[in-house]
Amino acid sequence: MSTLTDPRKESFSVSMLIYDTRYRSTTIQIFVLVLVLMVVFWLIRNTAQNLSDLGKPIEFGFLLEPSSYDINQRLLDYSSRDTHLRASLLGLLNTFVVAFLGCITALILGVLIGVARLSKNWLVARIMTVYVEMFRNVPVLLWIVLAMAIMIESLPTPKAFRGENATASMYFSDSVAITNRGIYIPEPLFSNSLGNLSFLGDSSVRFDISLDLMLIIAVLIAGFWTSSRINSWASKTQNETGIRPTVWYWRLSVVLLPLLVVLYYTGFHLGYPALKGFNFQGGTYLRNSLIALWLALSLYTAAFIAENVRAGILAISKGQSEAAASLGLRPGPIMNLVILPQALRVIIPPLISQFLNLTKNSSLAIAVGYMDITGTLGGITLNQTGRELEAILMMMLIYLSVSLTISALMNWYNNSVKLVER
Amino acid sequence: MSDTSFVRQEMLSEQPAPASSVGFLGWIKNNLFSTWFNSILTVIALGFVWYILAGVLPWTFLSVWNAGSLSECREIARQVWGESHGHACWAVINDRWIQLLFGFYPSHLYWRPILAFVLLGFALAPVLFPQSSRKLLILSGLYPFILPWLMWGGSIWSPIMALIGFVMGYLAIKNLSERIGQLGAIFSSIFAAFLWWLLIGPVFVDLLSANIPIALESVASRDFGGFVLALLIGIVAIVCSLPIGIILALGRQSDLIIVKAFSVAFIEFIRGVPLITLLFVASLLLNLFLPPGTEFDIILRVMIMVTLFSSAYMAEVIRGGLAALPKGQYEGADSLGLDYWQAQRLIIMPQALKVSIPGIVSTFIGLFKDTTLVSIIGLMDPLGLSQGIRANAEWNGIYWELFAFIALLFFVVCFSMSRYSMYLERKLQTDHR
Repeated sequence: MSTLTDPRKESFSVSMLIYDTRYRSTTIQIFVLVLVLMVVFWLIRNTAQNLSDLGKPIEFGFLLEPSSYDINQRLLDYSSRDTHLRASLLGLLNTFVVAFLGCITALILGVLIGVARLSKNWLVARIMTVYVEMFRNVPVLLWIVLAMAIMIESLPTPKAFRGENATASMYFSDSVAITNRGIYIPEPLFSNSLGNLSFLGDSSVRFDISLDLMLIIAVLIAGFWTSSRINSWASKTQNETGIRPTVWYWRLSVVLLPLLVVLYYTGFHLGYPALKGFNFQGGTYLRNSLIALWLALSLYTAAFIAENVRAGILAISKGQSEAAASLGLRPGPIMNLVILPQALRVIIPPLISQFLNLTKNSSLAIAVGYMDITGTLGGITLNQTGRELEAILMMMLIYLSVSLTISALMNWYNNSVKLVER
Repeated sequence: MSDTSFVRQEMLSEQPAPASSVGFLGWIKNNLFSTWFNSILTVIALGFVWYILAGVLPWTFLSVWNAGSLSECREIARQVWGESHGHACWAVINDRWIQLLFGFYPSHLYWRPILAFVLLGFALAPVLFPQSSRKLLILSGLYPFILPWLMWGGSIWSPIMALIGFVMGYLAIKNLSERIGQLGAIFSSIFAAFLWWLLIGPVFVDLLSANIPIALESVASRDFGGFVLALLIGIVAIVCSLPIGIILALGRQSDLIIVKAFSVAFIEFIRGVPLITLLFVASLLLNLFLPPGTEFDIILRVMIMVTLFSSAYMAEVIRGGLAALPKGQYEGADSLGLDYWQAQRLIIMPQALKVSIPGIVSTFIGLFKDTTLVSIIGLMDPLGLSQGIRANAEWNGIYWELFAFIALLFFVVCFSMSRYSMYLERKLQTDHR
C-alpha cells in the first residue's frame, strides 16, 4: 500500500532565481536585456552629448542641399545643382548596375570554371585550379586596383586614335572604341521615338521611362508568353496523339516578328561613338572605373562560385548517374534531369551568399573612383557636409535593406526547390 | 580417344599491356587526348599556357634588380636587352621591401615585430600541431599580453596588470564556484577582474612604473604599416573572432528568446553591411559613441570593427556545424546528466567545430584579405604604401612589380592557411571513407 502525500510546499526564495532551472532562463534573459539596454542607452547618451558639444544635432536637411559635384557615370539626368539626395540615388543605381553586371558575369564564368575544374582533361583542370587558387588567395581590393591600373596604363589614350598615323583603332568596323578612359559602345537610338514618361516632376527622385523601351519589353514578354503557349499546345498534342507538331518556326516568329515591326516603326538605329576634339562623343560610355570594378569583382567572385559549383556536382553520389544510365537515359538527359536538379539544391544557398558578397564588395568602388552609393553618400557628400553619423547610418541601412531583400527572395526560391523530406 | 583437343589446356603467359596505354604515353592518351573534344581543349590550353608564360617569364626573370628610379631601370633595360618591352623593374622591391613589410616603424626597433612573429610561431605551435611540447601552452597563454607590449612598447607593468586581472578572475571562479555555485562565481569573477582593471590596476601601474621603470620605447600607431599591420590586425581579429563567434552561434541556437533575438539581430546586421562601412564607423564615428574626450587608437578601433565583422561570419559557420550534428548527440548529452556548458564543451563543440573547420579557415582567409581595406580609411597597409611609393618622383608610374609583390605576400599566407585546414581535416577525420 502506498500513501500519497502532497509534495512539500516550497517557499519562494531569491536564490531560486539563479539555481532553479524553472526560473533561471528568465533571470538570465532579463539580465541580458537590462545589460544590453544599459549599453545602448550609454552609447546614445554619449553620442547625444558629443553631438551637442560639436553643435551638430542629427538632421537630414543636408540631403536637400545642392550637391555641387558631378557624377560621371549615371543612369538618370543629373547636374551638380541637384541635391545630395539625387546624388545618393544615382549612386545607389550605380551600385545596382555594377552588382547586376558582376553577378551575371561571375555566375557564367564560375559555372564554366567549376565544370572545367572537374574536366577529365588534366591540363584544363590544372589551369582552372591555378585560376581558383590565384583569385581566392589574393585580396579583392588588390584585383580592383590592378584592373584599374591595367585600364589606365595599358590601353590607348583617345589621342592615339587621332591623325593620319593613329596608333590605335576602333573595333568592329569603327563601332567600339576601347580607350584608357573607358569603353565606348554603340547606343540604341529611335528616330520616331515615342518619347519619355516623366515621373515625380522636379523632385530629387524624378526619373524618366523611355516609352520605346517599355514597348519593346512589352512586345518581348507577349512574344515569349505566346511562344510558351504554343509549346504547351504542342506537348498536349503530343500526349494525345503521339505526334509532336513542328512548331519551332512559329515559336521563333511570334517573338521576332512583332519585335522587328516595333523596331522598324520606332526608327531604331545605332549611334556610333566618334572622335571629336579630345575625346569620343556619342555612343554609350562605360567608364574605366566601372569596367575595372566589374571585371575584378566578377573574376574574383567567379573563383568562389566555381568552388561551389564543383562541390555541388561532387556532392551527387555516383549511384545517381549510374541509376539514371541503367534506366536507359543518355548522358545529356542524365545531366539535365538527374544530376543538375539535385546539384542545384546544394549550389544555390552558397551562390546566394556569393552574390551578396559581390554586392557588398562593390562598395570598394571608392578605391577606383566609381561613383556608387559609397562614393556619393559615403564619400563626397559625407566629406562636404560633415554629416558623418547621418550619412553612414543611411548607407548602412541601404546596404542592409538590399542584402536582406536579396536574401529573402533567394531563400524563398530556395525553399521552393528544396527537397521535401520526411 | 584422340589426343587432339579443341579447348586450350594450358594457360597463356601474361602479355605486357599495350605500349599506348601504360607509362607516359598512356597517361598522355588518357588525360589529354582521350576524345577529339579533349584533344581540341588540350591544344587550346597549351596555346593559352604558352601565351601567358611567354609574356610573364621574360618579364619576371629578365629584369632589373639594382636601380635608383624607374627611369634608370628603363635605361638599364634598354642597354641590356635593346628596345624590347616588358622587363620587370624589381629594383623598386629591392629598394622598398623593408618599407612594404614594416611601414614607418622605427628601423632600430624592427627586432620587436620580428620577435613578436617568431614568438607567435611558438605560441601557435601547441594549438596547431598537437605533437609539439605542451609546455609551449604557457607561452600561448601569455602571448596576448606580450604582443601589444612588443608592438606598441611602453611600460611592462600595464600588460602585467592586465594579466593579473585575468588571474584574479580565474582565482575567483576556482575558489568561489563550490561555495556560491557556478553562475554566482562567474559573476563575481567578472566583477573582480573589472574591479582590478579599472580601479586597483592603474594605481599599481603608476606606482610600479615610477619606481621600477622597465619599459620599451613607445611606437605611435601612425607609424604602424606594411605587412606587419595587416598581420597584426588579421591575427588579433582571428584570435578574438572565434570565441565571440562561438558565443553568438550558441546564442542564435539558444532557447532563450531574448538572447536569440539579440544574436540574430547582431549577426544579420553585420552580415548585411559591407566591411568598408564598418571601417568608416571605426574611423569617423566610434569616438562619437564614447564618453566625451575619449581618444583611442585608430588601429585599436579598426581591430574592434574587423573582429565584430568576422565574428558574425564565424557565428554563421559554426551554426552550420551545430545544425549538422544529429539530434541524438544533444539528447545523448542530456541523458548523461551533463549540464548545458558541459554538454557543449565535451560533446557538441568538439564535433561541431570539426565539421566547420573548412568554413572557419575560409572565414580567416577572407578576414586576412579584408585587412587591405584599411588602406581606404588611410592606414598604411601594403596597398596604401604602394600608392605612397608611386607618389615619389623616382618610382612614379610603377604598378605591376608592387602589385605582384603584395599579391605574393598575401598568397603565401592565405594559401598556407588553406593547406593547413586540409591537413587538419584529414587528421581529424574519424569516419572511414
